[in-house]
Amino acid sequence: MSLFDHKLSEIQEWLHTKEISVNDLLNEAYNRINEVDGEVKAFLTLNEEAARQRANELDALRGTTEGRGLLFGMPIGIKDNIVTKGLRSTAASQILDNLNDPLYDAHVVQKLNGAESVTVGKLNMDEFAMGSSNENSSYYATRNPWNTDYVPGGSSGGSAAAVAAGEVPFSLGSDTGGSIRQPAAYCGVVGLKPTYGRVSRFGLIAFASSLDQIGPLTRTVEDNAYVLETIAGHDKMDSTSADLEVPKYTEALTGDVKGLKIGVPKEYFAEGVSEEVKTAVRNALKVYEDMGATWEEVTLPHSKYALSTYYLLSSSEASANLARFDGVRYGRRSPQAENMIDMFKLSRSEGFGDEVKRRIMLGTFALSSGYYDAYYKKAQKVRTLIKQDFEKVFANYDVIIGPTTPTPAFKVGEKTEDPLTMYANDILTIPVNLAGVPGISVPCGFSSEGLPIGLQIIGDHFDEGTVYRAAHAYEQATDYHTHKPSLGGAN
Amino acid sequence: MSRISKEQVKHVAHLARLHVSEEEADMFTKQLDDIITFAEQLNELDTEGVEPTTHVLDLKNVTRKDEPKHWLTKEEALKNAPEKQDGQFRVPSILE
Repeated sequence: MSLFDHKLSEIQEWLHTKEISVNDLLNEAYNRINEVDGEVKAFLTLNEEAARQRANELDALRGTTEGRGLLFGMPIGIKDNIVTKGLRSTAASQILDNLNDPLYDAHVVQKLNGAESVTVGKLNMDEFAMGSSNENSSYYATRNPWNTDYVPGGSSGGSAAAVAAGEVPFSLGSDTGGSIRQPAAYCGVVGLKPTYGRVSRFGLIAFASSLDQIGPLTRTVEDNAYVLETIAGHDKMDSTSADLEVPKYTEALTGDVKGLKIGVPKEYFAEGVSEEVKTAVRNALKVYEDMGATWEEVTLPHSKYALSTYYLLSSSEASANLARFDGVRYGRRSPQAENMIDMFKLSRSEGFGDEVKRRIMLGTFALSSGYYDAYYKKAQKVRTLIKQDFEKVFANYDVIIGPTTPTPAFKVGEKTEDPLTMYANDILTIPVNLAGVPGISVPCGFSSEGLPIGLQIIGDHFDEGTVYRAAHAYEQATDYHTHKPSLGGAN
Repeated sequence: MSRISKEQVKHVAHLARLHVSEEEADMFTKQLDDIITFAEQLNELDTEGVEPTTHVLDLKNVTRKDEPKHWLTKEEALKNAPEKQDGQFRVPSILE
């Protein structure tokens, strides 16, 4: 039994009564990383020296921490596209390989530091968050803790795998088209993408600015709600962050879903969704019925257009956002270049991987003269239709429930040949980003191969409270979240 | 019919300041053509009169007073630069 098998509230109680120390928690984290990360490869950079120093400071405060919050002394892993002052932040790209000393902390990191959590290290991901398997990391591919022949999902694969493997009790990821929920599903943990604007993106290395959101990955819904309470809220450094009060999400966890109205989109049970996944989700709906909730089939008719819409819009935004990597102010500069244009071209070509180049070119094409209306603007219009699909359902239902992914995790190398096959993993998560609504993935079963299956619960804008309430009630009625991978023997 | 030619791929790569070899240009042409062909499915939809969504939430312009304040020092701003000289970023010659 690991300390991290317990909820943050339990661990915090032991810290407060001095049964354990912050250093004990760090020992748990780093020992487990030493034991299993050679296989899992969730971490890119460790922060052990600074973390130990911080732990000593915090341990001196133990016993006087009444009312300081549940994250006091808690070890956390942070996705590598979230900038951390003085701690290497690469977004898993060679173009930022030498960014060893970033100048500032992302807003969410400032919040976590303020809550006195301790950063254990930075987590592996698909380069610039472009990918669904972590195989696009320019360093190494993170493996699924449930079976290391399989991918952990992506792009927050390191964030999901580290929590599933018991290396940290919680982590932060980012989600542009499913990058928190899909790996959470594949690794059997809880991952939430908040409403667009709920969490500041300041210090998140931008991929697609109208879609990106930072969110927590945890073992339980309660922990997840608590972390979101800590990181959410308005930030004047992100003009798209919503100036709205942050509710106490943990107070929404009543266990009561009597009368909850659930919409189940028929498009989420279409061709390509495996029978095992369909069965797991149908069983979950029975659990909700038993708890007094009701569900009906609904339709999100433009779902099948979401993938195309997403790739045109996200790649267009990426082509603009990634223009900043020019080899001038920071990051890689090619030593070969003799003039300015060559310096840009060579630095970028040596620094970016193929998937990143592909998307930059797709985006540049979609935005270029003569194609803008046919591709980019067309996709923006279809985005409106997709958003309206959700508005129509939420006029009559509290939440939408379906699978997080069409299948459980796939094998490493299985989908790397054809980009479109890889993209199809995200067909059930992408519409949520396009509509800007919040969505969570919670464990809802296992495949015949013993791989986790995720249940996706989607809410209306800024209604994370209802999403959490529904997820928590389901979690309390089932025991999937208590299962652990048998990685590294005991534990 | 292909949606994007190898010449277009090379042109787009130039616009995006990417160097691509002949071999890479062949690969990207095939892959981008597949993706764009797939994306053409959007033409099935009649979007006449539909407003484009640039942003999912109703946003208002956010402004602040134009007042100088401390952000980064010159030393900090230059700290991660690949090359610097006399307190400035150094780059290769722009004029041939």
